[in-house]
Amino acid sequence: MARQDSEILWQLDQVGFGYGDQSVLRDLDLQLEKGHCYGVLGPNGSGKTTLLDLFCGLLVPGTGKLELCGQSLSGWQSRQLARKVALVPQDFVVRFGFSVREVVEMGRHPHLGRFATLTETDHELVDSVMKEMGVDTLADRPVTRLSGGEKQRVAVARALAQDPEVLLLDEATSNLDIYHSLSILGLIRRRVREQGLTVVAALHDLNLAGFFCDQLIFLKKGKLLYQGTVDEVLHPDVIRKVYGVDARVREDGFSGCPQVSYRVPSSEFRVSG
Amino acid sequence: MTGRSGFSAVTGVVLLTLLLTSIVLSATMGYMKVPAGDVLQVILHRLTGAGSELDPVTVAVVTDVRLPRILAAVLVGGVLAVCGTVFQAILLNPLADPYTLGISSGAAFGASLVIVLQVFGLTLPPGLSIPVFAFAGSLGTLFAVLSLASGDRRLSSTSLILSGVIVAAILSAAIGFLKFLADEQVGIIIFWLMGSLSGVSWQNIVVLTPVAFAGLLACMLYGRELNIMATGERAAATLGVNTVQLRWILLVVCSLMTAVCVSVSGIIGFVGLIVPHLLRHLIGPDNRWLIVLSFLGGGLLLLFADTLTRAVLPAEVPIGVLTALIGGPFFCVIFKKRQADGTAGL
Repeated sequence: MARQDSEILWQLDQVGFGYGDQSVLRDLDLQLEKGHCYGVLGPNGSGKTTLLDLFCGLLVPGTGKLELCGQSLSGWQSRQLARKVALVPQDFVVRFGFSVREVVEMGRHPHLGRFATLTETDHELVDSVMKEMGVDTLADRPVTRLSGGEKQRVAVARALAQDPEVLLLDEATSNLDIYHSLSILGLIRRRVREQGLTVVAALHDLNLAGFFCDQLIFLKKGKLLYQGTVDEVLHPDVIRKVYGVDARVREDGFSGCPQVSYRVPSSEFRVSG
Repeated sequence: MTGRSGFSAVTGVVLLTLLLTSIVLSATMGYMKVPAGDVLQVILHRLTGAGSELDPVTVAVVTDVRLPRILAAVLVGGVLAVCGTVFQAILLNPLADPYTLGISSGAAFGASLVIVLQVFGLTLPPGLSIPVFAFAGSLGTLFAVLSLASGDRRLSSTSLILSGVIVAAILSAAIGFLKFLADEQVGIIIFWLMGSLSGVSWQNIVVLTPVAFAGLLACMLYGRELNIMATGERAAATLGVNTVQLRWILLVVCSLMTAVCVSVSGIIGFVGLIVPHLLRHLIGPDNRWLIVLSFLGGGLLLLFADTLTRAVLPAEVPIGVLTALIGGPFFCVIFKKRQADGTAGL
């Protein structure tokens, strides 16, 4: 895709957010473009989830300007926003025994009028995303009786049933085993390439970020430290500054992605004895 | 899904048939036996104004004594079960019932206060009766609980339940004191607290019917949103469901429905807790079906209990006691079975 075709989704201008006088995010200037796969990285408490919540309108910035497609996010209606942006939360808990199919069908909600029922097209879409996420065989099982990994795949299927332009993943695969983590991220990655889906993923695992993302955003203590392509910013100096660990980054011939190995700096060893 | 909705529809038809049959059967029962054919004739006669050659006493017993009470049982039971379903869904808590926000305590306080004041020689102005004070008590409590919980801008279920518990605790202490003051007249308060449909008239039905059906309709409108609420507030909000607004609307609607019922019947426990659980076990958690089926199931259960106390038992037992005695063991069996299936946590 040629660079000049790129379309700006979110535009953040000096955005800040806090609870009471405790600030979580400060002076954020960012621009996110369509068709990319962004990784939001940073230590615990750096504001990753808060940033995603701002993106999908769950939180409203305390200061600064936040626009989506050139329109202030507060001007978006919640259903209109839900047709554009879907979120996969880290722990997807369903309180009553809805079947897998019923939960995935909920993803169609923002597309349906109050009295409308699912059309043939809706059912086809629901079937195809369930198949894509490998939960079609579980369709009639209650979600309350699924394993953590299965539940998470249902959550992704539901988000895809929303037919969004943007998918926000909040540590969405951190409870999954390697196989499911890689295969789900791979499938999402393919949608980015083939259908121009945009993804913003809060991640802990730098290696997963190297595999999955093309753009990385590093946060620390609510401030933006680095933003750039994986090649530009997945760098030992950056990792040291953000996480306080020594790291080595090398192009891995086996996975075809940059891979990071770490150790706690030797000075730290002395401190902790 | 299609299988499940098909089954829900069948369950609905079965419940409706059972309910209509029970209404007729219940009207045949009582001190004076009336054949079912005569009951149908009386109903037809009243609905169409067609002539009837029945004994006027039979007509009077069926239309003026039994039918209002039967309809009240159906409406009150239905409303309590619907409100229980909705409360469990919006508060994401299987223990919630229509009284979780303190409606029952408020009504009980209003009613007890008037009863005690009557003991001390107060005469009520005409047009005001115990139900009016019970209703006022419910509204006051609802207002107190919601204003206490609304400090939490997200109106989380924890804030709501906690506010309800606190206000109810204060009120139940006050009710205890009123009972103490009532001294020998305490029986009137206790009988009211345990609920009874014995004094119901057509005037009550005229109030109850529109409230029940308007409320039922309002709840049914939000069935799909209620389902989505079950996946958590954050997930629901990103699907375009305004969770705070939904909670406000449905809490107020259901509390008003419950308050009207309680003012007519006194406090009838358990229907609102148990019927949603039984039906969820039977047809699954889809609120689009559950709400309307709860109405039928709740109506059926309360009609059964009320007919038992009215026509079968040698003396009138408070209906709240009966609903718990009938529903409780039934619930225990289901609960045990679900534990064995590993689905007890819902």
